[in-house]
Amino acid sequence: MPDPYWLRVNGADHEVADADLAESLLFVLRERLGLTGTKNACTEGECSSCAVLVDGVLTCSCLVLAAGAVGAEITTVEGLGDSRDGLSVVQEAFVDEGAVQCGFCTPGLIVAVHDLLETDPDPSDGDIREALSGNLCRCTGYGRILAAVHSAAATKRSQP
Amino acid sequence: MNGVVVARGLQEALSDLSERPDATVLAGGTDLMVEMNRGLRRPRRVVAVSQVPELRQWSVANDRVVVGGGVTYTEMMTTPLAQAAPALAQAARTVGSPPIRNAGTLGGNLGTASPAGDTLPVLAALNAQIVVAGPDGERRMELEEFVVGVKQTSLQPGELIVRAEMDRPRGPQEFLKIGPRNAMVISMAGLALVVDRDARAVRCALGAVAAGIPRAREAEAWVAERIDWDNGAGVDGAVADEFGPRVAAACAPIDDHRSTAAYRRHAVAVLATRALKRAFPQGGADDA
Repeated sequence: MPDPYWLRVNGADHEVADADLAESLLFVLRERLGLTGTKNACTEGECSSCAVLVDGVLTCSCLVLAAGAVGAEITTVEGLGDSRDGLSVVQEAFVDEGAVQCGFCTPGLIVAVHDLLETDPDPSDGDIREALSGNLCRCTGYGRILAAVHSAAATKRSQP
Repeated sequence: MNGVVVARGLQEALSDLSERPDATVLAGGTDLMVEMNRGLRRPRRVVAVSQVPELRQWSVANDRVVVGGGVTYTEMMTTPLAQAAPALAQAARTVGSPPIRNAGTLGGNLGTASPAGDTLPVLAALNAQIVVAGPDGERRMELEEFVVGVKQTSLQPGELIVRAEMDRPRGPQEFLKIGPRNAMVISMAGLALVVDRDARAVRCALGAVAAGIPRAREAEAWVAERIDWDNGAGVDGAVADEFGPRVAAACAPIDDHRSTAAYRRHAVAVLATRALKRAFPQGGADDA
């Protein structure tokens, strides 16, 4: 078996031992570190249900070689919560606006919306559609998701 | 798989590659990881180059644009690089989705060498030189020498794609592509058109319609003689209409799971006419 390696996920260091070096970051997060918030669907970058932040950059974790991510700061959906009940403003907006149906695409969307609102505090519908163009949702038709992003953006803008 | 090396510098990457000639280079992962996830490829060793700072560099001069192999599509879409190579920015903008564009790189697009690689027609139209480094130093070549077949390059074991050096002509540039929707689409046909006002030349290259990335040289020469370069009146509509089929003559498309040869040939003609009309809008406005 290859030597173990370490990944930094949500501010903590995790040892990855007895792992095949060909494993994707998505696989390691879910199957070795037990972080199942990041979802596994297409494994080819088409759906963004596995989206995470790698050194602050929105990335499909299925397309990251886990052993190649040594030294990077990885943030998953589990690491985004910031308010008192553990949900971020974006997550609360998704709940309040009914933007979650089956929920499978939700973690990827949450990570992508966090990334969008980092750089654009007041995105238009077009900006949102562009930013989320890689996130496939087969339930909602995206209307409630758009509403949730606008709501989250407004909440964030109103915060000091 | 026996080893993963995360190279932190160009020399380190090159020495890793020369020590392990059987290693596979991993850049943004948007092609290689798909094949590994499906079990279609299982490299013995991987040298990851996304942390090599020299490959992330780019520079813009008056007449030249240099883009490192590790520069991402997102970076190509960002000014001032996007302003200096607008067709490259347009091509980058059509690739995948934001997370894919954050990961995928120019070097990766070159290394995969798919006929549908969207930056490749732009590089061809901008007379790009592809610079690779290996144990014996650097060598450079035209795109046509670099891409030698479908997903085949002239890269030798131990070599790494370092950068592409392209012209920065004075004049408009266009990249157009056809696919079933706007996002997450692999080209069924793509076209880059570059106008060089000083050379009085139009350069046009095609994607996803041949084994390589053909330049439509006969059509380029034909249209250059029919452009009113001196008075800025641009291109006659009938000339633009005839330009399309003349460009399409340069393609050698096939029927595959994405499209048919007949549709691709038709699409290239439409794209060529459209690109020329956009480059020379009616009234001949000089947007150089």
